[in-house]
Amino acid sequence: MKAKKERTQEKGKIRYLSTGNEACGEGAIRAGCRFYAGYPITPQNELTAYMSKRMEEENGIFIQAESELAAISMVHGASAAGARAMTSSSSPGISLKQEGISYMAGAELPCVIVNVMRGGPGLGNISPAQSDYFQATKGGGHGDYKMIVLAPETVQEMFDFTHKAFSLADQYNIPVMILADGMLGQMMEPLEFSADIQPPAEPEKPWALTGARGREPLSKKSLFLGPGVLEKHNDKLREKHDEISLREACAEEYRTQDANFVICAYGTAARIARASVDKLREKGVKAGLLRPVTLWPFPEEALKKHISGETAFLTVEMSLGQMVEDIERIVGDRKRVGFYGRAGGGIPEEDEIVERALMVLDKSGKGARK
Amino acid sequence: MADKKVIVRISAEKCKGCMLCIKACPQGALKVAGKVNKRGQQYVIMAVPEKCTGCGLCFIMCPDCAIEIESNSA
Amino acid sequence: MAGKFSRPESMTDKTTHYCPGCGHGIIHRVMCEVIDELGIREKTVAVAPVGCAVLAYDYWNFDAIEAAHGRTPALATGIKRVLPDRVVFTYQGDGDLAAIGTAEIIHAGNRGEDLSVFFVNNGVYGMTGGQMAPTTLIGQTTSTSQFTRRPDKEGYPLKILEMMALLPGVVYLERTSIHSPAEVLKTRAAIKRSFETQLAGKGFSMVEILSPCPTYWGMDPARSMERIREKVIQQYPLGVVKNN
Repeated sequence: MKAKKERTQEKGKIRYLSTGNEACGEGAIRAGCRFYAGYPITPQNELTAYMSKRMEEENGIFIQAESELAAISMVHGASAAGARAMTSSSSPGISLKQEGISYMAGAELPCVIVNVMRGGPGLGNISPAQSDYFQATKGGGHGDYKMIVLAPETVQEMFDFTHKAFSLADQYNIPVMILADGMLGQMMEPLEFSADIQPPAEPEKPWALTGARGREPLSKKSLFLGPGVLEKHNDKLREKHDEISLREACAEEYRTQDANFVICAYGTAARIARASVDKLREKGVKAGLLRPVTLWPFPEEALKKHISGETAFLTVEMSLGQMVEDIERIVGDRKRVGFYGRAGGGIPEEDEIVERALMVLDKSGKGARK
Repeated sequence: MADKKVIVRISAEKCKGCMLCIKACPQGALKVAGKVNKRGQQYVIMAVPEKCTGCGLCFIMCPDCAIEIESNSA
Repeated sequence: MAGKFSRPESMTDKTTHYCPGCGHGIIHRVMCEVIDELGIREKTVAVAPVGCAVLAYDYWNFDAIEAAHGRTPALATGIKRVLPDRVVFTYQGDGDLAAIGTAEIIHAGNRGEDLSVFFVNNGVYGMTGGQMAPTTLIGQTTSTSQFTRRPDKEGYPLKILEMMALLPGVVYLERTSIHSPAEVLKTRAAIKRSFETQLAGKGFSMVEILSPCPTYWGMDPARSMERIREKVIQQYPLGVVKNN
């Protein structure tokens, strides 16, 4: 018997124990998402199941599609018709959606895509992982497109970031991805939001395909065959990307004010690294955590603030090392950037991170015990 | 039938010379112009207007809306 | 037949990119004539395929969007669910519908989506240079069946309409052709019935239209029309396949 989730409401706040997957679904509903198409894949099934119930309750549209390919194209259609639309899946399923995502980015259509990552490559396993970073931030589909990528670290952020994702998607007419993992999806934590939380203001969508009544016919496309036309379209996309990078890059920092040793990690890896920072501090190391909240646009300015001087960096990921390449690029000196990662669904332990940190520090002559 | 007035306009530029109209015309009123349009394609002309009854079969078979017919079979 | 024959309002005046004698032009026209007749131009949203008809929105005077290859019925499902009172149709070729998009067309039908699907069966992939399609006939030469299509090597021409008939959500299916004026008018009537099925909210309907591809059949347009009558119809018989 599924434990009945106790929902309390005091002082206009709704509080209950929720899984990350379900918090993500509720965040979408509260953001005015009224179209969801999904397909079963562990570890995000709770989200699909949740939407199949909640969408009906909110008289939105839920479709379990015949494949992840069909699901992203259903979202493509719903978005082109002007609806706030979402799909979710996990790594292998997200790979299947790449072509559809590229189409929507090319046609400048808003939508939200949730990737609850699992171990890869191939069928991999169903443990949490972060090995889809490149796919999400460097473009897993074809062409020079970008997606805003948000990386939650808690069940609360699964709600908050999904809610915000719809605002960003509509603001920039761009797909937005929530990059979570199996742990964040399936663990339970308290979730809280105000009872009268409102969907982000919905902008006018004059481009929506609703039938050419009283206006010229519209078409929403990514095919531009005329000479130089697609090139100009790409320049327009790049301007949009530059604007987003300028305005939306975001990171959270923990104990970095006086840090000379900064751990870079996001999502579940950041959650664990936070405890390692505290342990290192106890050992006299001035450690801190820089946690990218937006993986694209990457928070370069936040990282650059720590580059002057002798600060050393350690990137911690649940992969063989992907974000570390961005850290190295921005820091500009690979010798100052250490890496600790566990792949294939392996989860780094606090003490392993501390141990690797001390090794990095000893090599760079700043060992705490000196 | 004398006062039956049929106007058939064939756009030489829209016509791609597929000749489906010639095959469809029961009266053999359409012919190839023997010249090419701006795209270098053969095009069809109304060669024997008096034979045309305005039946529209040529229009039905034309893939390019190159033919327009007005008839007021009073 | 008194009256006027001219380009329907739902069709733009643009000269199409289709080859001389290609069937798409005829099918576009009769479809647009029906859209005019039913007065639905201003509430129609079309989903174009990847293939020769990918540029169809330049020739249609109503809202249209292109889908990723084969995903046309899924994209159309998204639009129709969000805008149930609009008329939504897909226009697809044999590659888009019967090859890469087989799952999408079957499941859209199986869900009984209120969609109209116009499936142009010309037996080859036209846009990419005349490759073998799921509907290529046995013994037909194409750029990827250069020793003709052989059952034991390249399999059999797919009868997708008959497959769709098995699905309860599918209410109206008809196969027509355009190889003569009479057949063109039957295609027009079938398209009209498909739109009417959708307008009445009765469920999924599809019209398969046998069409010539003179360029990649390697014959002139008139001869191509003959080939439909003599050969293609034997594999793909015309008529109503389902009508609930």
